[in-house]
Amino acid sequence: MRIQKEDVEKIAKLAKLQFSEDEIEKFRGHLEEILTYVNKLNELNTDGVEPTYYVQHAGDVMREDRVKPSLPREEALKNAPAQDKGFFRVPKVIDQT
Amino acid sequence: MGKETTYETVIGLEVHAQLLIRSKIFCGCSTQFGADPNTQTCPVCLGLPGALPVLNRKAVEYAIRMALAVHCQVHTRSIFARKNYFYPDLPKGYQISQYEEPLAENGQVIIMPEEGKRKTIRIKRIHLEEDAGKSVHAEEYVTENESFIDLNRCGVPLIEIVSEPDMRSPFEAYLYLTKLRQLLRWLNICDGNMDEGSLRCDANISHRIQGSRQLGVKTELKNMNSFRGVEKALQFEVERQRKVLESGGKIEQETLLWDEKKGIAVPMREKEEAHDYRYFPDPDLIPLTLDRKWIDTILQSQPEMIEPRKERWMRDYGLPEYDCSVLTEDREIADYFETVVEKVRDPKQASNWVMGEVLRILKEEKIKIGQLKISPIQLVEIIKMVDDGRITRAAGKRVFNEVVLSSLEPRQIVEKLGLVQVSDREEIERIVLDVIQHHPNEVEKYRNGGERLFGFFVGQIMKATQGKADPKLVNEILREKLVGQKNPC
Ligand SMILES: [Zn+2]
Repeated sequence: MRIQKEDVEKIAKLAKLQFSEDEIEKFRGHLEEILTYVNKLNELNTDGVEPTYYVQHAGDVMREDRVKPSLPREEALKNAPAQDKGFFRVPKVIDQT
Repeated sequence: MGKETTYETVIGLEVHAQLLIRSKIFCGCSTQFGADPNTQTCPVCLGLPGALPVLNRKAVEYAIRMALAVHCQVHTRSIFARKNYFYPDLPKGYQISQYEEPLAENGQVIIMPEEGKRKTIRIKRIHLEEDAGKSVHAEEYVTENESFIDLNRCGVPLIEIVSEPDMRSPFEAYLYLTKLRQLLRWLNICDGNMDEGSLRCDANISHRIQGSRQLGVKTELKNMNSFRGVEKALQFEVERQRKVLESGGKIEQETLLWDEKKGIAVPMREKEEAHDYRYFPDPDLIPLTLDRKWIDTILQSQPEMIEPRKERWMRDYGLPEYDCSVLTEDREIADYFETVVEKVRDPKQASNWVMGEVLRILKEEKIKIGQLKISPIQLVEIIKMVDDGRITRAAGKRVFNEVVLSSLEPRQIVEKLGLVQVSDREEIERIVLDVIQHHPNEVEKYRNGGERLFGFFVGQIMKATQGKADPKLVNEILREKLVGQKNPC
């Protein structure tokens, strides 16, 4: 299973990650190995077999519509690198009017 | 050639409706609007590592209610998926939504673009998803290069209703959106408030050569915050596209933001990978498996819907379709009317009173019918007093207003203000003669062909009796006296 340099670059971009040329080549190799490994499954004939997304088979797992206490605001904001007036502070969000 | 190409407008809408339930879709945080920022969050909706979502049953029930109301097929199995993108108001880095196997598909609603002309708008799908947080840019808070984030809205339950591209004009889109709101409110599952964002709408707009089956390149229009805003924004974009096409240009696929104040739609600067959401089934949530019996129970407990109710009123009460449409715009108004109409002799009287007086007060006072200070039973009493001839219709309206103001009972008001109808022939005769005597000039004019002055005399008599005189008797006696004195002896 061939993975191109561009594929790695695209995935990195979508994940907001930046890599050096060496790293890109390294990950290209890793991804190729992983996909080749998983590709082995394609050797099986799965005609007429439903795709399995989940292995559990629990039935009804819904909860009732009841309000539970939320976190105290200080707790919610505790891990934020920047906060002010009870808000999370972030670099300007673009493209909103 | 020589023949000019005509273009057909094609519009599809994606509507998000916030469900009126207490807790969020995947956690127990409150959904209450307007709380202090970041006071309604928990590890689940903050996307903290290790936290697991658990689906709210009521959210599913409400989604099913809407699906049934628009005749969708509700699937007994559907799947939650992750929609991946980065945005500061989305702490998990993905939105839990439904993609490949939505909750419901293939529905329809009917709109009426012209009197008597019905048009079907198909609904492609309805699915459940969670809302994102809010970015705050208000100048009093933030400097130029930062934003504030409030995550209270993260995880608030939404349904997304996706139409087929079946609308052919901004007006049809407006009607469709209004219809959806009416249904959501009728089911009492969403308050339909566009300015508070509990109902949101994005539109896809394209044009194709008339008669062609192939869709043209579409643009996406966002940020429309009112019903009229949607229509205006669509009109703007339709005109823009037509101009481009008619001058031989091409439409670029892009997303536009509607600027309500300036009345224009501006292209949104987007990264090319912006729409690469890499959906995949959310491993934290097993497929939603629904019991047919539960869906049936929900169907059985649906309120009587708008169309059947209109038809029943037209059939059983002989009311005009127009009245039925007005009275079913809101379920609470419909219920109010139903209580009144069941108890009075003439259904049309009931509809006139509710459409006239009740809706007028609601509009004037900007209140909902639940806040109205006159109960259906009190209105019935007024209508009956008018019907029995105890008070005139004009006096009835006065009683109506007094009940609203004073919260006294209609009967008390009639007595207090002495509104009992004057239907004593002699007394009315006396008043008629008195009015005639005091207006010799008008009498002269009337007798010389000034027929229109009849209304003037009626007015004077009503004034003299404070609107209490029996109008039928007044007409009869006045006519008789005006004619009778033509040749005074
Ligand atoms: Zn929460």
